[in-house]
Amino acid sequence: MVVQNDTAARGAPVAVDSTNEERAKKYWRANMQLVAVLLVIWALVSIGCGIILRPLLSGIQVGGTDLGFWFAQQGSIITFIIEIFVYAWRMNRLDHLYEFDEL
Amino acid sequence: MSQYAFNFLFITGSFAIYLIIALWTRAGSTSEFYTAGGGVHPVVNGMATGADWMSAASFISMAGLIAFVGYDNSTYLMGWTGGFVLLAMLLAPYLRKYGHFTVPAFIGDRFYSPAARLVAVVCLIIISTTYVIGQMTGVGVAFSRFLEVDNTTGLIIGAAIVFFYAVFGGMKGITYTQVAQYVVLIFAYTVPAIFIALQLTDNPIPAFGLFGDTQDGTPLLVKLDQVVRDLGFSSYTGHHTDTLNMVLFTLSLMIGTAGLPHVIIRFFTVPRVKDARYSAGWALVFIALLYLTAPAVGAMARLNLIQTLFPSGTQSEPIDYQSRPEWMQKWELTGLLKFDDKNGDGKIQYYNDANKDYAAGAAARGWNGSELSVNQDILVLANPEIARLPQWVVALVAAGGIAAALSTAAGLLLAISSAISHDLLKGAINPYIEEHHELLAARIAMAVAIAIATYLGLNPPGFAAQTVALAFGLAAATIFPTLMMGIFSKRVNSVGAISGMVVGLVFTVVYIFIYKGWFFISGTNSLPDTPDNWLFGISPVSIGAVGAVINFAVAYAVSLATAPPPLEIQALIESIRTPRGAGAALRE
Repeated sequence: MVVQNDTAARGAPVAVDSTNEERAKKYWRANMQLVAVLLVIWALVSIGCGIILRPLLSGIQVGGTDLGFWFAQQGSIITFIIEIFVYAWRMNRLDHLYEFDEL
Repeated sequence: MSQYAFNFLFITGSFAIYLIIALWTRAGSTSEFYTAGGGVHPVVNGMATGADWMSAASFISMAGLIAFVGYDNSTYLMGWTGGFVLLAMLLAPYLRKYGHFTVPAFIGDRFYSPAARLVAVVCLIIISTTYVIGQMTGVGVAFSRFLEVDNTTGLIIGAAIVFFYAVFGGMKGITYTQVAQYVVLIFAYTVPAIFIALQLTDNPIPAFGLFGDTQDGTPLLVKLDQVVRDLGFSSYTGHHTDTLNMVLFTLSLMIGTAGLPHVIIRFFTVPRVKDARYSAGWALVFIALLYLTAPAVGAMARLNLIQTLFPSGTQSEPIDYQSRPEWMQKWELTGLLKFDDKNGDGKIQYYNDANKDYAAGAAARGWNGSELSVNQDILVLANPEIARLPQWVVALVAAGGIAAALSTAAGLLLAISSAISHDLLKGAINPYIEEHHELLAARIAMAVAIAIATYLGLNPPGFAAQTVALAFGLAAATIFPTLMMGIFSKRVNSVGAISGMVVGLVFTVVYIFIYKGWFFISGTNSLPDTPDNWLFGISPVSIGAVGAVINFAVAYAVSLATAPPPLEIQALIESIRTPRGAGAALRE
């Protein structure tokens, strides 16, 4: 019962029938996609909005200065925190879906 | 109660807590000594990582770096936090899965080469030793200012405390002291910041106050931009350095942060791979509490300083030297704040005398050069006094500065001593050493490392200030790329990895030495350290990111030209990539 509830809540493993090797490949591909998206955001908020794109954002006023300044001194740090927790949450789910979670 | 009594009480009180923890956490095995037995809760590890990571540089120097430069030094904020994203997604979970005690041990096994392990040990020792010098000098400065003892005595007391919990407790002792030190340092940093934010902006949260309004309704940053421009400085929120170096410097700090061995080994202490992922997030939460406060502290302190000197506005005359506040008198004693009455009028003219456009206006006011020089490192320590906060707040800051320096020093010393006892002694000299002998060797290595760090702290080589660039540059150009390729590529082999590390190391060190002086001996630089001499205009402090790219490129090129790694190594990589089967960190 407990196991069923757990499966219902977290989604059933998707790849039970495939071989270990295929599962590992799919798992790794899903991992790389997630990391790629998060790294693009990582660069976009810091190097992008915080530095290179700051002139483009200069029209948006934030508390006495512009949005680029806010990203450089606060926005990027806040985004980094959210990204790591999203990564941890998504990866722990992938572990479970592809049956690679720790027993 | 006098200020001295308060300082004494807070500093000795915090030391008593560290010693009690030392008595309570003794390491009984190499696993406890190197990884605290692998049972640290991810949130606890996150907090310990926060203290491990936030050094004297973060606590004492960073707000000052931002205060006196403004926007352009946001690089430190983004660089020193962005590295944790790389660490969380690219290194920590996989190294935890592999489950070894040290960073060089992973490199040695993955690249099936004792030589690769030795190169990694050399990089680790250079990085960690240069880093530890700054921590030790920081302890000495804090002691001499707040307890009025001389530098040497202060440093030796600090080293003795670290000795107790690091030698006996190893990672186990260091972990729980770092948790206590985190609590001390975060209170010490945020309490005065809250007071100052309330005074200036009526907002108790400094990070909100930074973008808030001052009491007369003008936004804080608008007011700050105005007063600094009035005195001939460049605007606080403006972008004044070149974009290329800002980007490369940020990237170097990010990649370097992710490659610092003393931070990486903290993630060996959590029970599971999923804990390593969350723990990195918690670490950044605890770090962000300080890093979101620091830019507010910087901006508010700069405004406070100028308003102290020009109480009736920057258009009027500054205060008389005779009526200067008490905190200025105290810091003058340390030599970190200096007044030189160049025009002999007895007033403290403080402005940017390097600004040629401003020279005529200054001359018209009868000013003959800026008369006050302020070392930017005193800003955080003097902040509570500048804002006239209660005595206990000043004492809290003193204890916090020492906690920040000691916690980082302990983490670095553990990285150094485990590289010596586990990678050199057990790995290269005597693989069959019994566990209790290795534990003894680890303790002796720790004691020797503390002695050397103390010596270097007392006799800092002239280059101490330059070493941040070196430590981050090397971590970025050597450790990070090699670890990442070890996990993400099945093709990179031992020859490739060793060539990459060696070329990355030599390139970065040589580029820094060409402009900063060979082995940092001043006057021996081959080219002047000015933008028109830099290769493609890249500053030597920003070179780590380029070194990292070169490491990646060389390692791949050499690997593709030589045979792929053996099949068992490819199987090892497969197993690192999936969390199932991660046990506690193993002893070989």
